[in-house]
Amino acid sequence: MAELKQLYQEVILDHNRSPRNFREISDTPHHAEGHNPLCGDNLKVWVELDGDVIADASFIGNGCAISKASASLMTQAVKGKRVSEAKELFASFQKLVTGQVSPQESKEVLGKLILFAGVSEFPVRVKCASLSWHTLNAALEDASEAVTTE
Amino acid sequence: MSAPGLPSPGVNAVSYDVDAIRADFPILEQTVHGRPLVYLDNAATAQKPRVVIDAVDRFFRQQNANIHRGVHALSAEATVAYDAVRAKVRAFINAQDDREIIFVRGTTEAINLVAQSFGRGAVGRGDEILVSEMEHHSNLVPWQLLAEQVGAVVKPAPITSEGELDLDALRAAFSDRTKLFAVTHVSNALGTVNPIAEIVATAHASGVPVVVDGAQAVPHIPVDVTALGCDFYAFSGHKMFGPTGVGVLYGRAELLEAMPPYQGGGGMIASVSFEGTTYAPIPTRFEAGTPAIAEVIGLGPAIDYLNEVGFEALMAYEDELVGYAVEQIGSVPGVRLIGTPEERVGVVSFVMDAAHPHDVGTVLDQDGVAVRAGHHCSQPVMDHFGVPATVRASFALYNTPEEIDTLVAGLHHVNEIFG
Repeated sequence: MAELKQLYQEVILDHNRSPRNFREISDTPHHAEGHNPLCGDNLKVWVELDGDVIADASFIGNGCAISKASASLMTQAVKGKRVSEAKELFASFQKLVTGQVSPQESKEVLGKLILFAGVSEFPVRVKCASLSWHTLNAALEDASEAVTTE
Repeated sequence: MSAPGLPSPGVNAVSYDVDAIRADFPILEQTVHGRPLVYLDNAATAQKPRVVIDAVDRFFRQQNANIHRGVHALSAEATVAYDAVRAKVRAFINAQDDREIIFVRGTTEAINLVAQSFGRGAVGRGDEILVSEMEHHSNLVPWQLLAEQVGAVVKPAPITSEGELDLDALRAAFSDRTKLFAVTHVSNALGTVNPIAEIVATAHASGVPVVVDGAQAVPHIPVDVTALGCDFYAFSGHKMFGPTGVGVLYGRAELLEAMPPYQGGGGMIASVSFEGTTYAPIPTRFEAGTPAIAEVIGLGPAIDYLNEVGFEALMAYEDELVGYAVEQIGSVPGVRLIGTPEERVGVVSFVMDAAHPHDVGTVLDQDGVAVRAGHHCSQPVMDHFGVPATVRASFALYNTPEEIDTLVAGLHHVNEIFG
């Protein structure tokens, strides 16, 4: 029960219900598609770059609460960041959700994203939390093939 | 705790003692996250009774030897035990001849065998392979592979909004080009029981052979391949309380005899030389290499177990149990049942307004309830109902109404968290 509360924090539930930046960015070449073939989750991520700064980020897709909230909070977190900073953020996030670092240790880097620390107690849900980040990564590299979690 | 509307503990307490049955399955005693395990993922794989576990254990401790080749005592004993299960399987599905029973890895391998061995001979360029829209990917993808190889087309036989085969559309779907029809006996995603005998009669009237996926049928209903009239029938041991790694392909002897080998290797030959090889008669021709001996031997007691419980009692019990599940799950606010077939066994699929199936699965797991969340390897079924995934609760002969109450309490719990 306590673990469920840790996983489904109020902020996560809120972003699931009303995801932010849930829209297409039509005039950017930087976008990618990601899916998790095991559960059928799929999403699209768009990034607008101003030099090497992420001027805007958005997503559309359907999936579980964790994957939707993660995508929503990700688009907020990376806006205004340099591409290299966004990639570092992804690396830190990945360590958090796989339980390699504690939320305290990564609070400074991850800010609000430490809400996903509870995912580390649910190993099968790690892919839900990281799908949007993998897809962002692909968008930044202009990957032509859809990324998958498998 | 007793379930309203259902006499507890079993439907027919005299002939069906669910507590005694549960006691035969050691895994059911355990707790998950501090709660008693409520195992409702039986369509994925069923749990094993002690008699099956013991048979496999005994084989490795006392009987292990390769079959068919050794002159020594252990090999002879293993061979007898292995072949005895073939006879048992024949009786279990009322086939006419032991030679019509081929041991394979599972349903998937059985269907691939039919596609590659029978299919390559029966289906040619421009022909059609009719496949029902409710198939597991294992009874669709092998046909797509075959179609690609021979230049044929895979044509869907549509299902209705209830999740039943559209029989009128099916009748109309047969054409001169139709060379094969692949259909499941029971849908793994919806629980629908298809009228196989009727379908087979329709197909045969057009001269079309029928391949039936029986994986979800064998743990729930008696299967009589002679009465069904089908040409091939495939099922897995592990879904009927036997070990993983063993499955059965039944094929009509006259068809099997005309089919080329599926895999080459040891055991399937009559004689081998570099000038040429002649193949063993059926069923050996289709059992290249060392088979899953221990698993085949473990399948024997699984069949005995089902026979001892008795399909009549089992079906009466499960019918009420699943009916209760449909009614209780369906009455949870925000639940939409996916598939409302008239004839259903084993499976109740649904989605919830409040949460994605994955989140439902995680919440239920914390309550000790094991269900499956996903597309159940049946993406065309999901597309038909316009959902990416469902929650699937699937039942077996050891489940109880009280377990359904625990599941339903978990669904209310989902509504509390996400509502």
